[in-house]
Amino acid sequence: MEHYVNLALRALFVENLALSFFLGMCTFLAISKKVETSLGLGIAVIVVQTITVPANNLIYNHLLRAGALEWAGLGEVDLSFLGLITYIGTVAAIVQILEMFLDRYVPALYNALGIFLPLITVNCAILGGTLFMVERSYTFPESVVYGFASGAGWALAIVLLAGIREKLKYSDVPAGLQGLGITFIAAGLMAMVFMAFSGIQL
Amino acid sequence: MTTETRKVLLEPLIVNNPIIVQILGICSALAITSKLAPAVIMSIALTAVTACSNAAISAIRHYIPNNIRIIVQMTIIASLVIVVDQVLRAFAPEISKQLSVFVGLIITNCIVLGRAEGFAMKNPVWPSFVDGLGQGLGYSLILIALGATRELTGFGSLWGHAILPLVSDGGWYRPNSLMTLAPSAFFLVAGIIWAVRTWKRDQQEQADYRIQVVHRTETQ
Repeated sequence: MEHYVNLALRALFVENLALSFFLGMCTFLAISKKVETSLGLGIAVIVVQTITVPANNLIYNHLLRAGALEWAGLGEVDLSFLGLITYIGTVAAIVQILEMFLDRYVPALYNALGIFLPLITVNCAILGGTLFMVERSYTFPESVVYGFASGAGWALAIVLLAGIREKLKYSDVPAGLQGLGITFIAAGLMAMVFMAFSGIQL
Repeated sequence: MTTETRKVLLEPLIVNNPIIVQILGICSALAITSKLAPAVIMSIALTAVTACSNAAISAIRHYIPNNIRIIVQMTIIASLVIVVDQVLRAFAPEISKQLSVFVGLIITNCIVLGRAEGFAMKNPVWPSFVDGLGQGLGYSLILIALGATRELTGFGSLWGHAILPLVSDGGWYRPNSLMTLAPSAFFLVAGIIWAVRTWKRDQQEQADYRIQVVHRTETQ
């Protein structure tokens, strides 16, 4: 249990996808003007990440890994070079299914997340989470915890940045830095704050 | 080279730079630029993928059904990235380790998909190839500038060769370790944006609120 808590806290703060690996930066900077919309996007990322990371974990461990096809009598086959194309296919398919499912059964949530869902396919935080899972060879339960916590970390970061940007509207920024420039600086300062978490061991 | 081709090739370098103007493909620009060598390798990889995927998608653009175009584009891009990844693993295993997941993340790099969707779907093969090359070079320019600055100020070296003699080796240069850390990339990119927007004023954004003196109370 302690191991999972530790893993979750690491993924949330120490190895925050947005602020220490800079994943999903395009959406992170583009859709953080308002706390409300960024919260919607953050929740969508948590949901998709919690489903795709474990799904890709199963695919990797039972189909692609060297020796994974033992059950089919193909013990010496190594399909890991097909990883990238499989993972992105899985992500795209799951996002599509989730969109149809929400549209049919939870229209309220669909309307709230609607515009953000297709965007998530090309959010590198999602594919990045899967690739980190493969690189660190997490087990299935670990991948569930990691998927949820890394998504939550990204959501936390974008909501915090949106809060800062809402206040920044009233400040007197030099003309050339207005908008994008000052957002970069704010995100940089946030990344420095998150660095304070590094080295925390539970 | 015709004027049209030259415009497509050179415009993305500064005027329409993918990173600082279009805000695309920022993740890798920030994450792997602490040294020059990985930045250069990443630039080459991305430029190759963008140019080839643009050409390939443009070649089959009349045969792609509109509703599944994103998946078709993704498949082509992912196949190219697998090729690049395997080549790097075979010929530059150490750099490949340093870049870790970021080679795979070229698939979701917004520049590649953005150009496929925005340019290659509407233009013939050769201009699309040149456009991919131009966008890749614009990206490379920023990456190499960041990588060179951060390695020089953070480690006093370039491409692993010592340029500035470090204090620890009896020299005079005390390395600025902030530059080796991730957040410095944000500040450098902000600085580049500031410089470019001071030069090209039409790119400046308008403030939502202006600070004005509306009521003055004399206190003296």
